[in-house]
Amino acid sequence: MSGGVDSSVAAALLVRQGHQVIGMMLRLWSEADNGQGPANRCCTLDAQYVAQRVADILEIPFHLVNVAERFRREVVAYFIAEYAAGRTPNPCILCNQRIRFGWLLNRALALGADYLATGHYARIRHEGGTYRLLRGVDRPKDQSYALYRLDQHALAHTLFPVGSYTKARVRQMAREMGLPVAERAESQDLCFVADEDYRRFLQRQAPETIRPGPIRDLAGRVLGEHRGLPFYTVGQRKGLGLTARPGRPGEAPQPLYVVALDPAENALIVGPAEALRRRTCRATQVHWIRGQAPEAPFRAQAQIRYRAPETPVTVIPLPDGDVEVRFDEPQRGVTPGQSIVFYQDDEVLGGGIITR
Amino acid sequence: MKTRRRIYLDHAATTPVDPRVVEAMAPYWNEIYGNSASLHEFGRQAARALEEARAQVAAELNCHPTEIVFTSCGTESDNLALRGIAWAARKAGRGHHIITTAIEHHAVSHTAEQLRDLFGFEVTFLPVDRYGMVDPDDVRAALRKETILISVMYANNEVGTIQPIAEIGRIAREHQIPFHTDAVQAGGTLDLDVQALNVDLLALSAHKFYGPKGVGVLYVRRGTKLVPALTGGGHERGHRPGTVNVAGIVGLATALRLTRTNREEENARLRRLRDRLIEGLLERIPDIQLTGHPTQRLPHNASFAIRGVDGEALLLGLDLEGIAASTGSACTTGDPEPSSVLQAMGLPYEWGVGGLRFTFGHQNREEDVDAVLEVLPPLVERLREMSPIGAPGGS
Repeated sequence: MSGGVDSSVAAALLVRQGHQVIGMMLRLWSEADNGQGPANRCCTLDAQYVAQRVADILEIPFHLVNVAERFRREVVAYFIAEYAAGRTPNPCILCNQRIRFGWLLNRALALGADYLATGHYARIRHEGGTYRLLRGVDRPKDQSYALYRLDQHALAHTLFPVGSYTKARVRQMAREMGLPVAERAESQDLCFVADEDYRRFLQRQAPETIRPGPIRDLAGRVLGEHRGLPFYTVGQRKGLGLTARPGRPGEAPQPLYVVALDPAENALIVGPAEALRRRTCRATQVHWIRGQAPEAPFRAQAQIRYRAPETPVTVIPLPDGDVEVRFDEPQRGVTPGQSIVFYQDDEVLGGGIITR
Repeated sequence: MKTRRRIYLDHAATTPVDPRVVEAMAPYWNEIYGNSASLHEFGRQAARALEEARAQVAAELNCHPTEIVFTSCGTESDNLALRGIAWAARKAGRGHHIITTAIEHHAVSHTAEQLRDLFGFEVTFLPVDRYGMVDPDDVRAALRKETILISVMYANNEVGTIQPIAEIGRIAREHQIPFHTDAVQAGGTLDLDVQALNVDLLALSAHKFYGPKGVGVLYVRRGTKLVPALTGGGHERGHRPGTVNVAGIVGLATALRLTRTNREEENARLRRLRDRLIEGLLERIPDIQLTGHPTQRLPHNASFAIRGVDGEALLLGLDLEGIAASTGSACTTGDPEPSSVLQAMGLPYEWGVGGLRFTFGHQNREEDVDAVLEVLPPLVERLREMSPIGAPGGS
């Protein structure tokens, strides 16, 4: 329970269905924690208050569980390490896998629970002897991308009560049930970053990741200086501090885009738009929801980041467990560190972390 | 949803108000409701009840009624004692050093820290041994000519250890230094004779001994100079302003008086329950230890450290089975740090996070011990298997 409308309605639905429900809230880590209480968006004192109120109205017990240190060690440290390695991480993927559906799930089961439920917009189906993860019914709100690393054990013990509803319907239910939910504007920003600017966060928490270095073009020529690799992401055009490369005589000048981050040389590689267009990519640490890695190449839809549209691909499993992905249509913004998630119809097959 | 019997084993946190106390308080809401400071008969009637209550409390503590100050709670009493002595000393230009211990309740330790951090006082926090016991020789060794106060709690709220108050009091007396004891946890089961204890200041809280919440006592030996912590009217002989909570005070006095009835018998009964629980858990759970002194401990306190398990998870699991216990120090932000008391006693991290405290009361029976013996061992086993705590940096 976060105090937000999704988890509040999820709890209410379960109570209405006659389950014995216990509300739990995770106390996470935030760099802005001070004497005034936690500052992580997910567990501010205000959020705690609202979540407790919802639990009171539903007449269910409510417990705050402190995982701040574990969160810092596993999620925040990963976040910093990935930037140091020149990649662009998505820490929510790891938080879901290790904290919410890892540690919290095991804690709930150890206390005698049968399931862990959350307010995620996703669905779980049991079919053909395995658990399947499906997109939520409300496609623009679908959160299945962030859940692709859940395993069969987690799916067997997880419920997503609001996944079959639209967000509008969920909001309506909250009103009908008289739940005092925090009507926060949804934020895609990181929960543990105080001012929601990850670059300043890194400057404060890991200044060694922010070191100026050369900007090079694809031929290796130095074009300027970058402020530190974490300030840039693949596909970025603005903020490079370069004037456009003059075109050949008679041609318009070409804008330059970040094509790659080279942490070994601490160099930012830029190039024209065509250089961004990727026909393939490779992903590692691949996780398959059904448990078995496929052996033969197969067709699927892929999302190369959280809110990217699906794009048709051929997935080629490699002997070492990685996959090579061939895009039908060239993709811009294939970013090492981000996850590529594979779908067939509405089902999440799995995914991996993009390397190069 | 299974409905099971609810078992309350957290009497150190608070106690239910005795029905006889409720009855004694009844006239003071809307029958005898005057402001005890008013000159008219309405006020005087309330004042008579107040002074009657004061006399009762003084009789229990073996002191003079004028030495009893009523406050809103034990925390306020402790604040008044520490701040009162500190500022009186500052005012008289006397000294600036306070001696207290590493195992005090926050009402004492945080007050001492604030006096140190914001007001320029020096504080010595005396160490304790592995049972949480203070050594009177350490008190003596810490004394300086600038020492203005010694504060040692009578019995510790987390682990139940009873301190050698009378002995420390003798040392304080030798050096003519005011001696304060936070007796909040001792009220109800231990003897409160302030002459025998050799104390100059003693704090009590009604809701720990079947009285109402919101009322406490500070005993202040005649001649002890205090600067009031709250300023306002001249109530309580200038020690503590604010319209007096006569109903609450009558409740406190009644509750305190009632603790005397059958105290030895009740203490023996509590000890039997406590000891059966201790024996049973030490037998049934591997890697568990009793915390606090084995014999010099409160009759109703059974506190443990259980290795490799999160104390809060234990509480949650027990709560789901209808059993109310505590980890020893209430904490609203859910911090999994081992308590400072367990740390001061030298307990390593993976033991200290597994602190668990059961405190018995008047309504507990043998079946309550049976219930804990049935529920706790499998809970510990499941948590150890599925959701253990490692050393920091580990899993």
